Amino acid sequence: MAGTAGKVAYLQPGGPLRERIDHLIRSLGRGQGTAIPVLQEIQKEFGYIPPELLPRVAALTGLCGSELLSIATFYSQFCLQPVGENLIQVCHGTACHLAGAEEITAALRRELGIEEGDTSPDQKYTIKKVACLGCCSLAPVITINGETFGRLTPEKAVRLVRDWDASSKKEA
Amino acid sequence: MKPETTVKKKIIRVGLASCGIAAGARPVYDFFRSELAKAPEKDFTLVRTGCIGMCFCEPLVEVEDETGVYLYGEVNLEKARRILEEHLEAGRPCPDWVVYSDVITGKEQDYLTRQHRILLKNSGKIDPEDIGSYLEAGGYRGLQKVLTSMTPEEVIAAVEESGLRGRGGAGFPTHLKWRFTRQSPGTPKYVVCNADEGDPGAFMDRSILESDPHSVLEGMVIAGYAVGSNEGYIYIRAEYPLAVQRLRLAIAQMEERNYLGENILGSGFSFHIHIREGAGAFVCGEETALLASIEGKRGMPRPRPPYPAQEGLWGKPTVINNVETLANVTRIFELGPEVYKNCGTEKSKGTKVFALAGKVRRSGLIEVPMGISIREIVFAIGGGIAGDRPLKAVQTGGPSGGCIPASLAETPVDYESLAKIGAIMGSGGLLVMDDETCMVDVARFFLNFTTEESCGKCTFCRNGTPLMLAALDRICRGEGRPGDPERLEELGKAIKDGSLCGLGQTAPNPVLTTLRYFRDEYDAHINEKRCPARICKDLITYRIIAEKCTGCGLCARVCPAHAISGERRQPYHLDETVCIRCGLCLSSCRFDAIITVSEGLGAQATGATSAAGGNANTTTASGERK
Repeated sequence: MAGTAGKVAYLQPGGPLRERIDHLIRSLGRGQGTAIPVLQEIQKEFGYIPPELLPRVAALTGLCGSELLSIATFYSQFCLQPVGENLIQVCHGTACHLAGAEEITAALRRELGIEEGDTSPDQKYTIKKVACLGCCSLAPVITINGETFGRLTPEKAVRLVRDWDASSKKEA
Repeated sequence: MKPETTVKKKIIRVGLASCGIAAGARPVYDFFRSELAKAPEKDFTLVRTGCIGMCFCEPLVEVEDETGVYLYGEVNLEKARRILEEHLEAGRPCPDWVVYSDVITGKEQDYLTRQHRILLKNSGKIDPEDIGSYLEAGGYRGLQKVLTSMTPEEVIAAVEESGLRGRGGAGFPTHLKWRFTRQSPGTPKYVVCNADEGDPGAFMDRSILESDPHSVLEGMVIAGYAVGSNEGYIYIRAEYPLAVQRLRLAIAQMEERNYLGENILGSGFSFHIHIREGAGAFVCGEETALLASIEGKRGMPRPRPPYPAQEGLWGKPTVINNVETLANVTRIFELGPEVYKNCGTEKSKGTKVFALAGKVRRSGLIEVPMGISIREIVFAIGGGIAGDRPLKAVQTGGPSGGCIPASLAETPVDYESLAKIGAIMGSGGLLVMDDETCMVDVARFFLNFTTEESCGKCTFCRNGTPLMLAALDRICRGEGRPGDPERLEELGKAIKDGSLCGLGQTAPNPVLTTLRYFRDEYDAHINEKRCPARICKDLITYRIIAEKCTGCGLCARVCPAHAISGERRQPYHLDETVCIRCGLCLSSCRFDAIITVSEGLGAQATGATSAAGGNANTTTASGERK
């Protein structure tokens, strides 16, 4: 993991993220309109928004720090803490709710020993609740690292995570 | 029409929208691709398509041969191989797997034949990643007509003639929005496409964007021409990556062919489209909040007037239309306004796309003429309730909408009729509920959603929704108090009156309509501490039926609370005092030997399981889905 200085370097001239950010600012202009796309780029890069980057983003976009923080905390997509290696999204759309999403979440919480929204201490898993993934006919649905799994039961969900764990161990 | 020589060609279409991919369509597509690559001499064409809407039997593969169209459902690799060998190579279709066909009668034939597909006519037919495929299907004909032979005023008049009303939910006449924007002083003007489809349980816009993105973009260009704008934004949910990707591709292809950019088709009219990805805030579906979000601010609504048509994006006149509305615009100019006028009811013209989900047997995306009854949607198209259970209610409009009880199933689906019974058309979520759905739980679910998504600007919405939620939580826990329903009604009305935007104004609807039609369920929770649908965890217990239990021991092994014990091949025993009601035993039992019961105070009072109070059943919600 890069330290604070290392991450800030990403946004310095010549830094790995700088060209993308510059391009956004060129096409959208400095100021508020740019803040959300810039934060989205940063999240794409790190999987979350390292808070130490915010002062630099404020300087680049010309926003004041408090304004930027208010934006970063308003939208649920933005995450200011690191997420685990594997992101499990549990869909809590209406169809999934009727089909037992709460039970799926409870089973995963027990299996991984963490609460919804948290990351396991070994940084391997994060469980996140999402509003609706739009796969209602496959309810209840979860995604693991973007891959969708449907028609789950609590039992199948637990098995899925165990299999996932086993196969990721094999790869490593 | 294609020339005669190509008629013999066999076309294989594989549905690759999100649902199909999630169900496993990608390996099926790859299989056909590699097999076809091995035998290039065979005259088979493989087409990647979007969603035809039969989500319940994805992955779908359609084969079109000289006799007609055969749609195969639930295609896995093994079925794909046999379809290739038997149908494509030997010319013998596999009738057992056909779900729809125009030659033979497929298993799920009614699902498509009872629909009226104007908007979705290309979905599942064309390749959404190829503008050529869209053009062949009649694409950009409407735009051409508009740009070469119509004045902006004539375009607006044609939209007026069609009777099109906004499909985002409120049903405001589209031509009025356009005319107001056109007449507003101030330049530049903007066109914004609202693709922030946040209603849980609704996926119409995602499906249209994934399956037929050009039809939405074409509608945006026509809107731009009509209102005098040269710049458009699509505000789309970031949770829809495939739709975003297909939109980007479509925009690039449009620019290449000059359907977008400077001097479109030599008409002198220029138009540009930008994509803005949302960042996960339901309130941004509200138009003024959406505009604030495009401007990079927190997505919070502001009072209207001024309306966006007067002062919208960056303070300039802006027309905001929903995805489905814009796709409708394209069809109006492609097929003529009379197609719309002739379909639907007096005040609600055209068709409406619904995401049919919940406890219905055939769930998916459907397009029906306005005026169709709820019953026809659920039974004729949806095939009735899964597991042949009784219909209890239908919910439209998601967290802003209301529940329609089964007794009102004859209600025609149009803006006015739905409003009259306390529901709304909404953006198109249509959720079917059976007798194992707890209406208090459903109301609590929606309110929990709106409480979390309230932006916090208006006091009534910010503080009122958590108060309502707390009351519902209590009721579901069995701690409801007499007077709670009245208090909920009072609070609900206050929140509706005291909120600025649609979120707060409609958030109490799910509670108010369930109170109106399912008061007895609230009373059962509050007075008898009983959940008639056996959903609310604190009010139910699990039980093992000794006659059905084979003593396999699986439930005891999966139980995380060690509440189940027994000897192999003997009926097991469940200790209700230890059980945490996680449902694992229920979903793992292969013999339907575990049931849920909710006896409440009734059992203690009478000392027996009453017929109404016991409500024991051998099949349960999760049991059915095994």
